[in-house]
Amino acid sequence: MKNIFIIIIIAAFGVMLYPLFEDFSGNDELSELASFYAQKENVEKVNSANLVTAVVVTYRGLDTLGEVTILFLAAAIIAFSLRKHSVERDLRRNSEIFKTASKVLIPIIMMVGVYIFMNGHLSPGGGFQGGAVLASAVILMLLAFPNIPFNSKLFAYTESISGLVFVGLAAIGALIGSGYLDNAILPLGTFGELLSAGAIPVIYSFVGLKVGAELSNILNEFQSVQSDN
Amino acid sequence: MEYVALTVGFIVIMAGLWAIMTRKNIIRIIIGFSIFDTGLHIVMVALAYVKGRTAPILDNTVALDDAVNLIVDPVPQALVLTAIVIGLGVTALMLIFAMKLHREKKTLDIRSFKDLKW
Amino acid sequence: MSYLLIISILLGIIMLAMAGIAIYHKSQVVAIIAAGALGLFASVMYLLLSAPDVAMTEAAIGSGLSTIIFFYVLNRIRTTDEKEEQQLKK
Repeated sequence: MKNIFIIIIIAAFGVMLYPLFEDFSGNDELSELASFYAQKENVEKVNSANLVTAVVVTYRGLDTLGEVTILFLAAAIIAFSLRKHSVERDLRRNSEIFKTASKVLIPIIMMVGVYIFMNGHLSPGGGFQGGAVLASAVILMLLAFPNIPFNSKLFAYTESISGLVFVGLAAIGALIGSGYLDNAILPLGTFGELLSAGAIPVIYSFVGLKVGAELSNILNEFQSVQSDN
Repeated sequence: MEYVALTVGFIVIMAGLWAIMTRKNIIRIIIGFSIFDTGLHIVMVALAYVKGRTAPILDNTVALDDAVNLIVDPVPQALVLTAIVIGLGVTALMLIFAMKLHREKKTLDIRSFKDLKW
Repeated sequence: MSYLLIISILLGIIMLAMAGIAIYHKSQVVAIIAAGALGLFASVMYLLLSAPDVAMTEAAIGSGLSTIIFFYVLNRIRTTDEKEEQQLKK
């Protein structure tokens, strides 16, 4: 009886979704907003090869700021609601192969993460992806060496300083540029080089550091409440 | 192809909704929320697709002068990018609350939490 | 039938099967892994829809980090359950 009711609700939801499917005939052209972003003179104003990065950091930079704030709030609530147990835990010993391999792999993974967010304006990637890769290096470290002294203060300071630099650069754009989060405060450079696109690589690098530090802190909180096994 | 992606996205959304409404275990409900998220993201990216075009990254193959006729829509992709990261934060928060509920009642069955039922 | 269409239909079938396993499998561990695999196949779908940025994010976050967080919480809940059973036996 209850299941029939749920089926009716989901069927109603499907009926609500159906017009979206029926009216969709496949796009043949870009929408007006996207073709504005893709026009030559507007691309040269931002000078970023990856248009998704241009949208995330410059045109919709305020959204990114709000998104980073939400992530910070989530990390803060998680740290607040998980109480730390400072008990010495005897965990199962990891195998020697795993430990040695992770010693080799962790620096390489971290380097890939830094590469991804440094080149965010030229190739696919950016601060969020690079931050997630950094956090996966940290989780490999936590899995291989569970009793390693994890310096969560360092991560917290990294995160705060990165957030401050992000907001500060955005405010400098409002002071000497044309608006909040304007990227033309630094020289735009030539199109397609590493040091181009004004402030975008700098802002995205700090976003990457911030996201990586936040996700690492969340993972460390989860790891620190594991019991013995 | 975009039709296939759109259909799959809608079915995945409804599967997630079904999981949220019928499953009794709280962990399964949270898995349902994450399935729902994935379906929404597929639908948004499929709506941004333009037939036979390539990714919005300008390089040697995508000329700067003719970019308007060669790339797909970058705006929904940027929105989905941030939505995925927020989804991770929200999932972690829900799991924390699941742990708290388990500490309170020693069970994860949703039917045993009747404190707010009248 | 173009090549891309066949691949996307196959991917769609696999994704729906993964969603079914994630909802209905008896074991929680298999369900969590199936949810992660759903994210992984979704990232291939994003690549076909020419969205490489979204594909990278989904592969790193949706199928990597969130699966690990699920496992941490599951492990925590299981170990507390086992401890209580031992206390009851005593």
